[in-house]
Amino acid sequence: MTRKREFKSQEIYVNMGPQHPSTHGVLRLMLRTDGEIVSDVAPMIGYLHRCAEKYGESGTYQMMIPYTDRMDYLAGMNCNWAYCLAAEKLGNVVVPERAEYIRIVMGELNRIASHLIAFGTYGLDLGAFTPFFYALDEREKILDLFEMVCGARLTYSYFRIGGVSQDLPEGWEQRCNQFIDDFRLRMKEFNDLLSHNYIFIKRTADVGVISPAMAIDYGCTGPVLRGSGVRWDLRIDEAYSLYDRFRFQIPIGRGEKGAIGDSWDRYMVRIREMEQSCDIIKQALRGLPDTGEYRAKVPKVFKPPKGEVYVRSESSKGELGFYLISDGTDRPYRVKARSPSLSNLCVLPAISEGMMIADLVATLGSLDIVMGEIDR
Amino acid sequence: MEIQEIHARLAREFPDAVEAPPEVTSGETFLKVTAASIQDVCRFLKTESDLEFDSLMSLSGVDYPPEELVVVYHLCSTLRRHRVVLKVFVPREDPKLPTVSSVWPTANWHEREAYDLFGIRFLGHPGLRRILLPHDWEGHPLRKDYVFPTEYRGIKCHD
Amino acid sequence: MPILENKFEENVVFSTVDEMINWCRLSSIWPMTFGLACCAIEMMAVGAGQYDMDRFGAGAFRATPRQSDLMIVAGTVTYKMAIRIKRLYEQMPDPKYVMALGVCASAGGPYYEHGYHVLKGVDKIVPVDIYVPGCPPRPEALFDGLLKLQEKIRHQKVLRRPDDEEIAALQAQTEQYDQETRKLHPVPKEYRG
Ligand code: SF4
Repeated sequence: MTRKREFKSQEIYVNMGPQHPSTHGVLRLMLRTDGEIVSDVAPMIGYLHRCAEKYGESGTYQMMIPYTDRMDYLAGMNCNWAYCLAAEKLGNVVVPERAEYIRIVMGELNRIASHLIAFGTYGLDLGAFTPFFYALDEREKILDLFEMVCGARLTYSYFRIGGVSQDLPEGWEQRCNQFIDDFRLRMKEFNDLLSHNYIFIKRTADVGVISPAMAIDYGCTGPVLRGSGVRWDLRIDEAYSLYDRFRFQIPIGRGEKGAIGDSWDRYMVRIREMEQSCDIIKQALRGLPDTGEYRAKVPKVFKPPKGEVYVRSESSKGELGFYLISDGTDRPYRVKARSPSLSNLCVLPAISEGMMIADLVATLGSLDIVMGEIDR
Repeated sequence: MEIQEIHARLAREFPDAVEAPPEVTSGETFLKVTAASIQDVCRFLKTESDLEFDSLMSLSGVDYPPEELVVVYHLCSTLRRHRVVLKVFVPREDPKLPTVSSVWPTANWHEREAYDLFGIRFLGHPGLRRILLPHDWEGHPLRKDYVFPTEYRGIKCHD
Repeated sequence: MPILENKFEENVVFSTVDEMINWCRLSSIWPMTFGLACCAIEMMAVGAGQYDMDRFGAGAFRATPRQSDLMIVAGTVTYKMAIRIKRLYEQMPDPKYVMALGVCASAGGPYYEHGYHVLKGVDKIVPVDIYVPGCPPRPEALFDGLLKLQEKIRHQKVLRRPDDEEIAALQAQTEQYDQETRKLHPVPKEYRG
């Protein structure tokens, strides 16, 4: 009996998250799917809204620093830095040279640590477990270095307005140098393990393509923007701190395995950035002045003059900006954090139409979001 | 391009909409734009060939009780490397202004956030809902006179 | 264990059934993969090579509450999330345990004072067995919490029938719990899209 049966498919709503292993925290995606095909994605955020901006207004300028750590908890140093930059610009504080060098070393080390997590968890998302262990192994070494300078593994609060909280301990530079040398060798393993893995390329190439114009329109920054082939890095384009003294390249996506701006490109930008960060750290350790202050003399009661600034810096996820308004007292009138992950995530609905669910996971992983920063 | 030049350009195009940048002793200065014309000004800034503000860095609300709420736009041009700050003052009682999410898609979420935390209504926004807080939350927490809740769905907030 | 292999006659071990059951339970606690905030990163580190939670039989992180025994609440609980956490907890099969990792989950932590959207301790919605302080707790602290939990499980009474007083107390507890739950549920239909 052969009667033609007509198959009718029906669109259904599927909730992905907030408890889902591949949404990197408490992101909730509302998917409208037809079988495996996603026809619409609506990210829902706010499950980690911790009122950081309210805290900014309720305390003094220094009291905000620990909360910036907890915004992007994978790159606490970079968040500290961005906030301190804003406060320093507001109060016209000049940071001593040695402090600047220390900051650059810390910022770049933290960038490596953050990209390592991105690398490891991206592997996890796509079903490869081993890279995660490799990445976290290396990350532990960086955390050891951080522990030596400030005693914390994750929430450092190492930066102060005008410098850093304490000087480098003895023998730290050698250890850092040693780590970088070892790490460079490990990078090759990473590439063998994941980057040029056939299955991995099949899963990520041509998936989740973001065109350059779209990336700029949606406010994407950092590796997401550079993955789309736009050469834009605040470390060079708005050389803050002492970055104009350093020589390094900005890796961009070139569409080696598929279209420009696909998931593989974004992933590869991060891997290459780690190499560049190694270069920067090497240069910084070489240029680090032996003597000098590690913190400028900033009064305990820090009262910047009336005014407002918006200062941005390149954190590991992209452009992290702080908008500070001072009313002349020792408390900020308004603190607004412009988080890179928020803008990087809001491009997701635009690119994910017609994707398979598995590809959606690959795309989301390549955006490398941190919920603490999105929700603040 | 400096802010004075940008102001001159805008003043030619929109005579009544933009005020001259006030003198500030420290920090950055800004252009004050009227609420009604913000969308046109933004579109002009984005599309004009010698301005090309292609990226909206940040959109924030600020509360100045008892009268005003301010929406601050930080714009930047990745091609021409200049920046400008726009401010729109809206009354605190009935804060509304046109959306710019049709100009920069990234403004969509930023505006939802400003709505969520300050209660500023963006007219013409494709889906103005709370973004960070739950949809049945009361009040707008970043307003200066916000009173902390004592209970949410039966969960006590403080002991 | 080559030193012990093939060295003995056939053996008998005397123990109580309770002890035996508890021993089974405590040696393979399966935690739920469930990260909320910064503390979750420490939890990840604990799962990885250097610290290796598998040494204590608790390395099998499950992604679904239906297969897990231990809910590690790692991070800040917000009101928006609290309702979901409660639901996750209810989906776990008995016996279930909850560990509040970090000061946020224990009591609100750094977000106690002005955190209008932060739940001041996850024990307001689910019963907590172990509190691990720290912001974030070091991996060693998490292990300590895990060992304490194992100690707790070791002393549980599984088979003994409770007497009337205990039953009454349990019933009262359950009723109170149900009432609180009813306030949270049903969750109104969320916005779509
Ligand atoms: S206890 Fe500290 S580290 Fe843990 S979630 Fe809270 S703020 Fe983050």
